[in-house]
Amino acid sequence: MAYVAYTDREHDFAHPHSWVTKYVWSQDHKVIAIQYGLTAIAVGVVALVLSAFMRLQLGFPDTFSIITPSEYYQYVTMHGMIMVVYLLTALFLGGFGNYLIPLMIGARDMVFPFMNMLSFWFYLLSVVILMASFFVPGGPTGAGWTLYPPQAILFGTPGADWGILLMLISLGVFIIAFTMGGLNYVTTVLQARTRGLTLMRLPLSIWGILTATVLGLLAFPALLVSAIMMTLDNLIGTSFFMPALVSMGELQEHQGGSPVLFQHLFWFFGHPEVYIVALPAFGIVSDLLSVHARKNIFGYRMMVWAIVIIGGLSFIVWAHHMYVSGMNPYFGFFFATTTLIIAVPTAIKVYNWVLTLWQGNIHLRVPMLFSIGFIFTFIHGGLTGLFLGNVVIDLPLSDTYFVVAHFHMVMGVSPVLVIYGALYHWFPKITGKMYNATLGKFHFWLTFLGCYAIYLPMHYLGFLGVPRRYYAYEGIDFIPNSALMLNTQISTAALFVAVVQLLFFINVIWSLMYGRKSDPNPWGATTLEWQTPENPPAHGNWGKELPGVYRWAYDYSVPGAEKDFIPQNTPPRPGEKIEF
Amino acid sequence: MEAISILAFIFTAVAISYWWLWRQRIFDKPWVEEGTEADDRETIGGGLATANTALFAFLAVVTSLFALFISAYFTRMELNDWSPLTEPSSLWFNTGILMLASVSVHWCTRTINKTTYKAMLLATGVFTFGFIWGQYAAWQQLWAAGYYLNTNPANSFFFLFTALHALHLFGGLWVWTRATFRVFTEVDVEKAKMSVELCRTYWHFLLIVWLVLFALLLST
Repeated sequence: MAYVAYTDREHDFAHPHSWVTKYVWSQDHKVIAIQYGLTAIAVGVVALVLSAFMRLQLGFPDTFSIITPSEYYQYVTMHGMIMVVYLLTALFLGGFGNYLIPLMIGARDMVFPFMNMLSFWFYLLSVVILMASFFVPGGPTGAGWTLYPPQAILFGTPGADWGILLMLISLGVFIIAFTMGGLNYVTTVLQARTRGLTLMRLPLSIWGILTATVLGLLAFPALLVSAIMMTLDNLIGTSFFMPALVSMGELQEHQGGSPVLFQHLFWFFGHPEVYIVALPAFGIVSDLLSVHARKNIFGYRMMVWAIVIIGGLSFIVWAHHMYVSGMNPYFGFFFATTTLIIAVPTAIKVYNWVLTLWQGNIHLRVPMLFSIGFIFTFIHGGLTGLFLGNVVIDLPLSDTYFVVAHFHMVMGVSPVLVIYGALYHWFPKITGKMYNATLGKFHFWLTFLGCYAIYLPMHYLGFLGVPRRYYAYEGIDFIPNSALMLNTQISTAALFVAVVQLLFFINVIWSLMYGRKSDPNPWGATTLEWQTPENPPAHGNWGKELPGVYRWAYDYSVPGAEKDFIPQNTPPRPGEKIEF
Repeated sequence: MEAISILAFIFTAVAISYWWLWRQRIFDKPWVEEGTEADDRETIGGGLATANTALFAFLAVVTSLFALFISAYFTRMELNDWSPLTEPSSLWFNTGILMLASVSVHWCTRTINKTTYKAMLLATGVFTFGFIWGQYAAWQQLWAAGYYLNTNPANSFFFLFTALHALHLFGGLWVWTRATFRVFTEVDVEKAKMSVELCRTYWHFLLIVWLVLFALLLST
């Protein structure tokens, strides 16, 4: 346990020599970030393909006989779990967290580089275990991404013999990986910030990542607890969650367990998980908007407080996912109230983003387009959240496509737009090359408009009462033909958007091969990662001396300054006083 | 009851973090300050401070884990098939041994005498292994009486709690083994002493966790 932080040992900072220690068993946070990112994107592509299969079935029923009802449920389950946990959480915290934290706080690396490396390899192991469930007898679990017992482990649910077990083990390994990474991120931000970098001078990206990590560290144990108890129910025959029941004509050995207990534990993790994904996105988008509008972020302190308050509140709203499970009305009232209160700090953030753009010198570069796109999708997804947060509105809408539309808008499209924005924004730093801007703009517009073509009509399907989770809708009286036609349109749009993502991959590969060399600071940003002596930053990040920080992260268009930005490591000029 | 325990945990966690944030001067206006004077930290990324921060963050994670198990225990207890556990009396003896482990590791960090240091370090390990062995003996008593992991929910929780607690102790013992090896071979003794400091916090914490779990098992 005896560690010396990397900031303290610049003289014996051991540089890796072999290809293996440099790119495979690397302890460099930048390499680990890329490893995390590539793995997350690869597994995300798998989940995207699964959703394409689902949309093929829904949009063109009876056309693709290869998709059976069991497989449909397996695709739904794996799509949900992969996207939420293995893509979004891993990419925001393992990917961007790893890359940005040491660079933005002026450190040489994470404080525990070895543990950081372990974190990635455990994550990779969890992904391998999860993917293995496609190849075991019975296939992956089809219990729905929430894995509710009793059906998750009962005979008759797809993957009840091997799939569910692999899913639970994989989640356990993922949580270990996340804990090792998370402890590193928190400790690094708290302990290894360079001289002068107070917490209130941190860029909002770091505030978002830090708070999300704290949420993850406290919330993932709930998933671990439920995974352990469900595994025991499944393998040993305990009755934590499993009630006495008859399945396929046979009395099961379980008795007296509480399925609702599982739901409480799952959502005690599940709701903070929404913010584990959202808070880094909030932070990153704040920085992107500020840089590309050449203006300081509006209400920096409010933005920090809002992130922290949202983080706190996210722990006392979980049961709004369980209104239909039957609960004490006073409970429902409590959780509806706390849910609606979260709208206040969230709305403050949205206003501040818009006010940052107000009278800014807006450059509609690709990262900026994605950031502004995020504001739109997030407002739409957030507003429908206000509907669903109310018990009386949630009850009729809960099992319909309205919910699918809501959470894809707020938790699918919005964070993914930020991820793309961030990837385009930091691509010149990570690779040292510029991307093709035209291709990037095509990618944005087709994705942004395409997503609306997918999810806007789903709200109407929800109003019509079209149930979610169904494999096919033919012959159901209250579902009109127009709804089925709408499904075909949605599927067409979804497949189109899925294919459009190739533009991004083509752009990345093309730019890596033929892109022009990027300037060290092509956007004129103030934060430390753009001030490294080398581009892309070398191992150890800062050469001989760590940068000192003399100002906050948002000195854009300061009156009287030479340029329209002042980097954080620029010392004050003699006699300089800030007007405000 | 479970709602109260989980809400108490949440409010405590939130209160501590907000108090800490308040001390970090989150009411400062960063746009009017320049220079490095605002940063009043004495050291940056110091060895023990960094390791301590990580340890406390880890203890928060473990607290969350056990708090959630306890809230699950309360919820499950309210259902009508619950029958209380008959705790093996040897648990009292085990508790005493774990306390001795905590005392010895604490003593270890307070003494300046080299021989006492080594003796107390060894004693910590012996007592801890003794506790784990005692817990295993308690399991065997239950097995002999026909109570297994899946016999009834109270037993399921008992085996789960004790196993998880022992697992955390094994984690501590791994660090203890490395430190003891260093102390006795006199290689990297400073590093080892830092590890022992961290072990002290960890052992005290796990003692408190065990006392809470034991009180919970006794009272229900």
